[in-house]
Amino acid sequence: MAKGLVELMSDLMEEETLALVKEKIAQGADPNQILDDARSAMELVGKRFESCEYFIPDLMMAGEILREISELVKPLLVKEKGAQKSGKVIIGTVAGDIHDIGKDIVTFMLDVSGFDVLDLGIDVPVETFVTKIKEFQPKVVGLSGFLTLAFDSMKQTVEAIEKAGLRDKVKIMIGGGQIDDEVRKYVKADAYGKDAVAGVQLAKKWIGA
Amino acid sequence: MAESSEELYRQREQRVNDAIALKKPDRVPIMVLFGFFPARYSGFTVREVMYDPEKMWQAQWKTLTEFQPDMDQNPYFLRYLGPILETLDFKQLIWPGHGMKADHTYQFVEGEYMAADEYDHFLLDTTDFMMRRYWPRVCGGLKGLEKLPPLHNIISYYMGIPTGFGAFSLPEVIEAVDVLKKAGQESARIGGYARKYSEKARAEGFPLQVGAISQAPYDTLGDFFRGTKGVMLDMYRRPDKVIKACEHILPFMIEMAMSGYKVSGNPRVFIPIHKGLDGFMSLEQFKKFFWPTLRELMIALINQGLNPCPLWEGDCTSRLEIIKDIPEGKACYAFEATNMIKAKEVLGGRVCIRGNVPLSVLVAGTPEDVRTHVEALIDVVGKDGGYIMDSSTGLDDAKPENVKAMFEATREHGVYR
Repeated sequence: MAKGLVELMSDLMEEETLALVKEKIAQGADPNQILDDARSAMELVGKRFESCEYFIPDLMMAGEILREISELVKPLLVKEKGAQKSGKVIIGTVAGDIHDIGKDIVTFMLDVSGFDVLDLGIDVPVETFVTKIKEFQPKVVGLSGFLTLAFDSMKQTVEAIEKAGLRDKVKIMIGGGQIDDEVRKYVKADAYGKDAVAGVQLAKKWIGA
Repeated sequence: MAESSEELYRQREQRVNDAIALKKPDRVPIMVLFGFFPARYSGFTVREVMYDPEKMWQAQWKTLTEFQPDMDQNPYFLRYLGPILETLDFKQLIWPGHGMKADHTYQFVEGEYMAADEYDHFLLDTTDFMMRRYWPRVCGGLKGLEKLPPLHNIISYYMGIPTGFGAFSLPEVIEAVDVLKKAGQESARIGGYARKYSEKARAEGFPLQVGAISQAPYDTLGDFFRGTKGVMLDMYRRPDKVIKACEHILPFMIEMAMSGYKVSGNPRVFIPIHKGLDGFMSLEQFKKFFWPTLRELMIALINQGLNPCPLWEGDCTSRLEIIKDIPEGKACYAFEATNMIKAKEVLGGRVCIRGNVPLSVLVAGTPEDVRTHVEALIDVVGKDGGYIMDSSTGLDDAKPENVKAMFEATREHGVYR
């Protein structure tokens, strides 16, 4: 029997996956079903990443295939059916640091694990974190940084969150490059994650998903 | 009586050479990548030393003479970059005063500076591709070079010459050539200071850590041309092109190291490793895309009597068994976050190991924490020689008292008996 969409996509067979999606669309398949399958495939990809079967390039490739499927399917959707999300997380690379690979991987993993993630991007000013926390009301805030200069930016961001009276409303996790428990103490974050999988586990623990 | 500079130079070089040759020196050698630590240590901003070669000199010299590492680094190539980057309107970095606060270190701007469909151009004539496509993207000041035709078609009096040089009279090209001239002057200035600095260091008894730089071909392709994401996707979409490009880049990387060596006479070649680490590709991908041409590069250098000194950034613990396959006692592997106990187990007796007091501890910890790390490293990794003390990566924001503790603890605890 031919492989299904979930299997092809989670095995990162780009051409075969897209050919199958096109075939399904031509046959009049429900676009929402295609997206559901794509989501299931992404969950599988996330699980394989957790079990160290997949690595960063695999996540990037899966992300690419998802983007391509969305481009094919989106025009057909009358109204996009939002997937059930289990909790809100804000994430960003702190002020002065423009590294995004690690942050993007954490965002990806949180997303496929069912969290509603607002990614503020790179070099995010302290005030932006505060404003966005007020607007989006997440339970978890993830601060990313690759360089040692990020330590102070993280510290200032945590202080600003505290000053705005939001500290007890959010759990703060940090991660990236040189980050370890020593830095966590310095920054006064609640926890540090040594990789994306650890970040997801922290979010799950705090949000209870 | 104090030892002469000449004698100190000899001792220091011997100490490091012994470690690389897997022997036991008199004590564990120590050297660090200072990064922008000297600027802060001397009361300058990062911007000041990036733009003022005299301040750079003062900062580096003060730091060198106070900490006395066994080997120094020439600070000019990697850090006195302000004027030349400004001249070129360089796009691959943001730096203090140019997209970055005055006291922040410069950072690389990720991008696909070569598109996926440009591999063939790159492989056919790399210089042509770089001059007419890559440089104009990477340097705003060289945008005009886009207007040039392929110069390999200007061959002789009826082939190319009659109309081939026309583009050189276009205002955009003239402007770009003018920028090249100014960049040439800045290059000469960097070279001049670098030379003077090397001579001074030598006269005062400090050998330099490295005399040349090179990279793993996959890193060069990924860092500067295809971008991290681009090259990762290429491993799936066009694996053959990635391998071809790496093989194509390999002789350039050998040439880069050899020409540095010819100028400096220093056999140690710095090879920063960026994209082969754990997590950044599977072990299979490492064996297929990353390691073959890196190994060839290192073997070629070793065959010329040089010492490849890769800095394995990130965690490379899962790669140890593979990267062990290198001639004995010729290379030095510095590690950032790799498990050092494992590294000693696998590489001991084969490759000299360097590192890795965590930068997090040097920035956020206490001198006592630093000592604990240093002593543990010496006891385990330094056992029986073949080891050089260093931090996990460039010092930049480390606290001076912690750096001091690292040096002191190494001198006190690192003596071989």
